Amino acid sequence: MAAPAAPVSAQHPLVRWIDHRLPVFSFMQKELHDYPTPKNLSYWWNFGSLAGITLVIMIASGVMLAMNYVANADMAFESVERITREVDYGWLLRYVHMNGASMFFIVVYIHMFRGLYYGSYKAPRELLWMLGVVILLLMMATAFMGYVLPWGQMSYWGATVITNLFSAIPWIGSKIVTWLWGGFSVGNPTLNRFFSLHYLLPFVIVGVVGLHLIALHQHGSNNPLGIDKKGPQDAIPFHPYYTIKDSFGLAVFLIPYAIIVFFYPTGVFAEADNFIPANPLSTPAEIVPEWYFLPFYAILRSTPDILFIPAKLAGVILMFGSIAVQFVLPWLDTSPVRSARFRPVYKWLFWILLADMIMLGWVGHNRPDRIVAGFQITTFGWIGTLWYFFHFLILMPLVGKFERPLPLPTSISQAVLAAKEAK
Amino acid sequence: MIRRIAIAALMLAALSAAPASRAQDEQGPPLLDGQFSFDSFFGTIDLPAAQRGLQIYTEVCSTCHALDELSYHDIEGLGYSEEQAKSYAANFKVADIKDDGSPTQRTALPSDKFVHPFPNEAAARSANNGAVPPDLALVVKARKGGANYVYSLLQGFSDPPAGMKMNAGMNYNKYFTAGSGQIAMPQPLQDASVTYADKSPNDLKSEAHDVVTFLEWAANPELNARKQMGVKVLIFLVVMTGILYFAKRGIWHDVH
Repeated sequence: MAAPAAPVSAQHPLVRWIDHRLPVFSFMQKELHDYPTPKNLSYWWNFGSLAGITLVIMIASGVMLAMNYVANADMAFESVERITREVDYGWLLRYVHMNGASMFFIVVYIHMFRGLYYGSYKAPRELLWMLGVVILLLMMATAFMGYVLPWGQMSYWGATVITNLFSAIPWIGSKIVTWLWGGFSVGNPTLNRFFSLHYLLPFVIVGVVGLHLIALHQHGSNNPLGIDKKGPQDAIPFHPYYTIKDSFGLAVFLIPYAIIVFFYPTGVFAEADNFIPANPLSTPAEIVPEWYFLPFYAILRSTPDILFIPAKLAGVILMFGSIAVQFVLPWLDTSPVRSARFRPVYKWLFWILLADMIMLGWVGHNRPDRIVAGFQITTFGWIGTLWYFFHFLILMPLVGKFERPLPLPTSISQAVLAAKEAK
Repeated sequence: MIRRIAIAALMLAALSAAPASRAQDEQGPPLLDGQFSFDSFFGTIDLPAAQRGLQIYTEVCSTCHALDELSYHDIEGLGYSEEQAKSYAANFKVADIKDDGSPTQRTALPSDKFVHPFPNEAAARSANNGAVPPDLALVVKARKGGANYVYSLLQGFSDPPAGMKMNAGMNYNKYFTAGSGQIAMPQPLQDASVTYADKSPNDLKSEAHDVVTFLEWAANPELNARKQMGVKVLIFLVVMTGILYFAKRGIWHDVH
């Protein structure tokens, strides 16, 4: 164990003077240094700090791109090309930013599935989880509007398709769409407001991330065993143990990120059609959203008519419902045990859910009229959609009641020592 | 740990299999493989080939296709000197105004953009049987299949298969899936369409290879600098990751 750092009161008189009036130093001492953290966190716990760092990378590169970008329907496409070609290291900024969006979603999705597996959303961390879902929604809105800014074919037609979803709302739908567009089609006013919001929302995300961290530090991180810390022997200070572990994780993360940025900047995540300037008169053969929207896009497109609700409206409801259900997840899961390690049934359901999401992504990636094994692909999409809701709305409450969990270890340190002796 | 790595690998495999499944959907023959210098991980653009490609663009493609994003001085990125870029630009005339405001034509300067073959889109359309020749600056990035697609398309012209009904003025190209094999552009390159000063081979295949190398550069003028920087960045990251790994182990050794 490292010795605890000297308290603020023992430091330089100027530090003490400031801290007496504005306690930034004792705050950092408490929250970044001493902050007691479970000693058994696995590498799956690296993705929270990675998400935070990726957010900073996105904002830093985005602010510099905005200095050179022109939000005008006649000039946007060319201004992005100018950034890539003429601005010093503009290509680096652009490729860091456009691929960073995908890296951000990879990190955040892993972060969320980790929370699902280890029950990190359960009491007393319900608000922590819900704030995370708010961040996800804000990220989706930001990413969608950011994708519109280069004003390529997929920007334009993606914006048209997604904003048109609101036309499914009965009676007032088409009025809402006109209001969103600022005109009678996606056009210059749409581009301008999307740019404004794309610059604004990341700072809203920063604010919600702040709340997310306050909620986290109230009770501290969950851990792979899902049991509470029983005393000081279960915890270690955040610094240096987790600062070094997070730094190592960051370096590992930056390697594939750099490989994409420097060697395949437009080959992994980019769509060829978006290198053709937006043309309202020519619809691309296929309008595909970015990969991180594909499971939700599959839900939207696979939903059939339900009773008196037309398919389009039903699809929109279920697509938004698939996120909304996450807000009530802490109350749908009735099991008192957090970690799936001790939940023999839920553990399997988790992996099935992950497979279900990947299948939905695959469905979203394909044309809806594709035939697979004799069925239209949307059949698989509809089965996947039903399973998604069945998992959260039916299985989660029931399994918690009927599952017989494995015996929990008495404490984190006891489990850590037992594992060490077994080696 | 090994199990986790296996799971991660499986997920990656599933993700990378997805694009492949769509590629199979696209009708059309498999693309020719141009075996370009920039294909491999560290591969860069073969500048002499790209220079020959510029000659093809100048003598053949530029009759109909613009190169929107590029200026004449950009060809210094192909290894030409400032003087050479200046004399290349001097081959072209651009519209300007005189001091009294009256329109005039002057010799192009290196700072001028590549001239457009047509004054506007309507002129381009009416001169080309209703089809607008696409801008070539980004064509490699803007087509699925990239460089190999353009390379294949240039060599894919032939007589239509027996029984295929062609629209008036259209040409058959088996790689042009977007138009079901019917393309407005007549075959632009044949054997010996250009003669190279360095006596390089000028059969159709070599010409297609050279001009696509040029177009890859036109779409990614930063490619060589980008990959060179990428190598340095990766070396730095790998070393840093190693140092941090041992630092982490050292700091954690007393924990468990």
